[in-house]
Amino acid sequence: MIKIVKRDEPSRAIFFLTPVLAIFLTLVAGGLIFYILGFKPFEALKFFFIVPIADKYGFSELLLKATPLCLIAIGLSFCFKSNNWNIGAEGQLTFGAIVSGGVALLFYEQEGFYILPIVILAGAIGGMLYASIPAILKTYFNTNEILVSLMLVYVSKLILDYLVVGPWSNPEGFNFPETRQFSDSARLPLLFEGLRIHGGIFLALAAVVMSWFIFYKTYLGFQMKVSGFSLKTAKYAGYKGKKMIILVFLISGACAGLAGVGEITGPIGQLHREVSPDYGFTAIIVAFLGRLHPVGIIFASLVVAITYLGAETAQIFMQIPKYTGQVFQGMILFFLLASDYLLFFKFKFIGSKNDY
Amino acid sequence: MHKLFIRSFVSSLVFLFTLTVAAVAKDVKAAFVYIGPTGDHGWTYQHDVGRKAVEAAGFKTTYVEGVPESADAERVLRQLANSGHDVIFTTSFGYMNPTNKVAKEFPNVKFEHATGYKREHPNVATYAARFYEGRAILGTIAGSMTKSNVIGYVASFPIPEVIRGINSFTLAAQKVNPNIKTKIVWAFTWYDPGKEAEAAKALIDQGADIIAQHTDSTAIVQIAEKAGVYAFGQASDMDKFAPKAVLTSVENNWGPYYVERVKAVANGTWNQKDTWHGIGDGMVVISDLDPSIPSNVRSKVKKLQADLASGKVHAFTGPIYDQKGNLMVAEGKTADDGMLAGMMTYVKGVEGDIPK
Repeated sequence: MIKIVKRDEPSRAIFFLTPVLAIFLTLVAGGLIFYILGFKPFEALKFFFIVPIADKYGFSELLLKATPLCLIAIGLSFCFKSNNWNIGAEGQLTFGAIVSGGVALLFYEQEGFYILPIVILAGAIGGMLYASIPAILKTYFNTNEILVSLMLVYVSKLILDYLVVGPWSNPEGFNFPETRQFSDSARLPLLFEGLRIHGGIFLALAAVVMSWFIFYKTYLGFQMKVSGFSLKTAKYAGYKGKKMIILVFLISGACAGLAGVGEITGPIGQLHREVSPDYGFTAIIVAFLGRLHPVGIIFASLVVAITYLGAETAQIFMQIPKYTGQVFQGMILFFLLASDYLLFFKFKFIGSKNDY
Repeated sequence: MHKLFIRSFVSSLVFLFTLTVAAVAKDVKAAFVYIGPTGDHGWTYQHDVGRKAVEAAGFKTTYVEGVPESADAERVLRQLANSGHDVIFTTSFGYMNPTNKVAKEFPNVKFEHATGYKREHPNVATYAARFYEGRAILGTIAGSMTKSNVIGYVASFPIPEVIRGINSFTLAAQKVNPNIKTKIVWAFTWYDPGKEAEAAKALIDQGADIIAQHTDSTAIVQIAEKAGVYAFGQASDMDKFAPKAVLTSVENNWGPYYVERVKAVANGTWNQKDTWHGIGDGMVVISDLDPSIPSNVRSKVKKLQADLASGKVHAFTGPIYDQKGNLMVAEGKTADDGMLAGMMTYVKGVEGDIPK
């Protein structure tokens, strides 16, 4: 007989092992799905996870894709650790892109070393402003931040639509929904000739270091941790909850805004309707897969990024439908949540009925 | 004897030549980049029908579906250009800048961009269809069949392509029925069954008894079927989704163009050009007319179709007035392609304002 027993306290080893287990189970289930669809499972997995990053260019594309995911997930980890459910990073990204794009357009056809820092700063401020809305509504009006932040995503996309179709559309662009191209001084520099990986990766790495420092070396990090375990305890301890809620939302918004800056001033170079293929939502998977730990998030962002690249390669070379990439992302999250069961429960093998 | 020898020699040469051309032709590989899923029964579906025509002509093809117009498009294009494809069709407006960027790096690969205007390199061609000709046919039917004199029109985005369609539709309807009004609801999406259905319901509530659409899903014709009003199919023949409601559809027929261009690549006769084909060239096709359309309307439609095809009639023939009564096109004149390409004002008879 097998009996399921509650653990006295969550296992720390299993806490960091379950993401690996989830990825492994995803690969197995993915291979099975490929087999059922009539593809050779190992070949399909090879095209999905190995071929896309087999050369220098592919690897740089992986980093390019992982950069916004990592940045946003780091920001989200501040919120999630402290029990604040910011689901609207996509909106904060979009609004950050709008503000920084607007500033970049102000400097149209101007050159100068000071332009890029202003554009980057504008994006961070835009993200913070947008994140402050659910934060303030939560702290002062007790609204549900999940709903408010999620709904604001759609609002931000409509604002972007309005701007690129109307007032900001390229005057020489036959009224198509896009702005002018930004000047070179408003673009993040490329790190290598011929590759698309750009300076935005340093923003992501800086965010990783900063989050590690705040989580583990500051009083704020401790407060967040306590609030995450129990809001009541935090209140008894006398923490100023409102201030902390607003602060974590601002950090999260700034990171998402910077991710938006990275997209429009990096590979895209202008504002148009589709700034992000839902990075803000995918980053939620990344944050949890990385266990809200700065280093974990780096690895998780790489794993999730490869599901995007792999889906393209698999369709080009094996005619596997590209949407399987999303299936993989869903499976990773599903298996992670499922294996979290092991954190709190363990299987006990027992010999006879009497053990009950 | 001598003559016979020459004749057989020449004919065998011709035979050999055809063989070589055929052999070369087999080696050409074409790739297609789609914005949506191939099963959308609209825009992407029709491009994929065109791709299958290329396959049927004996060429190998590859496609990638659901490619967002974000930074990802460039990677997919580069990967296709890098993996032995000789011609790449990019089938959405948002791929314009990535297409030109990648084309610069791969001068030996031909790029064909749908609905754009940038041809920055000699290996980039553009193509689009004169859908407004099809909409003139729909307008003629709508103007003849409406009883409430209110025609609903679900529009996607306020860009010249869509405005042109609304105008062409309204002008043709006015010709057969001067009292009609066209009511517009902007859905701000190309493909979102939920939003499109809401838009159609709103128009029916406002008294529209015929609904036209410039969005891609089949939701609108299905709503019309339920409400007992008429509708027109978009992009593909949507009759099977709403047999009573659908009067006819405007089909996007890309196959002949795709086959012609891929053959041109195979023969080495491919050249850069801007193609804008309509009913006459068979790029715009009118589906079978519904039996409920009376015979006098039928004959009007057939005549207009033939006249548009031969060029005897232009959909934008003056006098055309805008909503304020200002003359847009003088009597006896027709709108030139430049005016059509940048059209951003409604003609008289359209209700409401273009969202700005």
